[in-house]
Amino acid sequence: MDRILVCLKRAVDYNVRIRVKTDGSGVVTDGVKMSVNPFDEIALEEALRIREKGETDEVVVVSIGTDACQQQLRVGLAMGADRAIHVRTEQALEPLDIARILVRIAETEQPGLIMLGKQAIDGDNNQTGQMLAALWQRPQATFVSKLTLSGTTATAVREVDAGLETIEFDLPAVVTSDLRLNEPRYVKMPDIMKAKRKPLATIELEELGITPQTRVTVLQTAAPPVRQKGKMVADAAELVAELKRMDLP
Amino acid sequence: MGRILIIAEHDGSELNPSTARCLSCAGEFSGLDCDIAVLAKDGQRVCEQAAALFGVSTVIRVDNDANEHALAAVHAPQIAKLAEQYSHVLGPSTTFGKDLMPRVAALLGVAQISDIMSVISQHSFARPIFAGNAIVSVEIRAQDKVVATVRTASYQAAASGGNATIESRALDVELPTHTRYRGTSSSDGVGRPDLQSAAIVISGGRGVGSEKNFALIYQLADRIGAAVGASRAAVDAGYIANDHQVGQTGKIISPELYIAIGISGAIQHITGIKDAGTIVAINKDADAPIFEIADIGLVGDLFTIIPELEKLL
Repeated sequence: MDRILVCLKRAVDYNVRIRVKTDGSGVVTDGVKMSVNPFDEIALEEALRIREKGETDEVVVVSIGTDACQQQLRVGLAMGADRAIHVRTEQALEPLDIARILVRIAETEQPGLIMLGKQAIDGDNNQTGQMLAALWQRPQATFVSKLTLSGTTATAVREVDAGLETIEFDLPAVVTSDLRLNEPRYVKMPDIMKAKRKPLATIELEELGITPQTRVTVLQTAAPPVRQKGKMVADAAELVAELKRMDLP
Repeated sequence: MGRILIIAEHDGSELNPSTARCLSCAGEFSGLDCDIAVLAKDGQRVCEQAAALFGVSTVIRVDNDANEHALAAVHAPQIAKLAEQYSHVLGPSTTFGKDLMPRVAALLGVAQISDIMSVISQHSFARPIFAGNAIVSVEIRAQDKVVATVRTASYQAAASGGNATIESRALDVELPTHTRYRGTSSSDGVGRPDLQSAAIVISGGRGVGSEKNFALIYQLADRIGAAVGASRAAVDAGYIANDHQVGQTGKIISPELYIAIGISGAIQHITGIKDAGTIVAINKDADAPIFEIADIGLVGDLFTIIPELEKLL
């Protein structure tokens, strides 16, 4: 195929300990480290491996958001993507609008595959890939832990609750990555330098003719209830006695 | 006046317990009737099980050879068609529902709410973000249809004792043929309880030490009819297959009793068990974070404790 499009979301780094603002207006993001959403990074790694096998000519990364997203696109370029597209907007967008934007990009770029993470670790929505596939009217393979291409079709192993499910689908298609698809490569210093010279195109959201909507409003953000520490027992017998007292199992 | 449609999850012959949990969530919408849709090749048996759940008005049976396996691309246009008559469409936040419901929402041109933990009003809900480290209450526009997944760990299964009517529907929608089911392999043999619906779950972590040693966990589990889970560390170490993984990136469960053995208690694991009734932790490291949230903690060597428990339970 000519190219694979990989979507990268700028998200709070997975090592950051999330704190809820005391006034309930959101989580603290000031001065917090931002990264590529880890599941998207896995999607990119897979696309790069496909290119290294000679099964695609080009890997294009795309991100939607403020200028800050360009940092994540540069990471993608440093990992090995050939070029980047930044759709610029100051608005926080919902998955449905992200999907509508990606369809527009797909119409121009004509990718054989669009790859992205199964979810972003901030909003945990797990929707964008599925919505994109619906609007693009193409197959979706979600939660993928193994992907094999063969000509105009692909086979994916999906991590489902019952075990591992295998599906076959026609290309082009949308693939969302699960944790075990691969282990992304580390970016080396020379690659970061090289990435600075790779093409990064910016498109204003308005140019795509899409007007985002606010369909869902966040009313309040709260810290989750915490479980309290219980009691310690000395041995197995005491443990079983305690369970019996609680009428368990 | 609204009406709720729940999309049944099933394997062709058995209704998945996630459906009964969705029904409990539907019960939180006061005053709305609730129907269940069963898309299958031959849905008779599953429809009968759905009709027996308490609180269901009508079970909609949609038989089609294309529905033999739950492919989101095939199911979604049918559900979008059925949704015309409903104000709310709910599915479980299992891999089945997560795959399907966003595709349905996009076809309907509406947002989707993921992982409802509680219903605040007919258009507002609580849901977790940042792996459960924050809970948001969200409100969807009043004019929009609500398409959502229900966080199954937040709800008990609805009781049986219902007697709903089963109504067959033929849907005039074009179904894609671009996606084809090829098979499912499960790591567990038959006869063991399902991890997501089991009343008791025993999980092993890195402390179990090897794939061979996991036999001890299985033995104890079989002794008390428990399902077997594992931490991500145990899965990554290759001790057990990934479909056993409990946690943020695995399964989020709410058994009555959860026994964590040789699990230190990384945040991502705790995320998956927060809704358990009682948590028991057995670990040789007294400083393991799991003890901070465990209802009963026991510091000691699992290789001596497990055989003792087997005798005592």
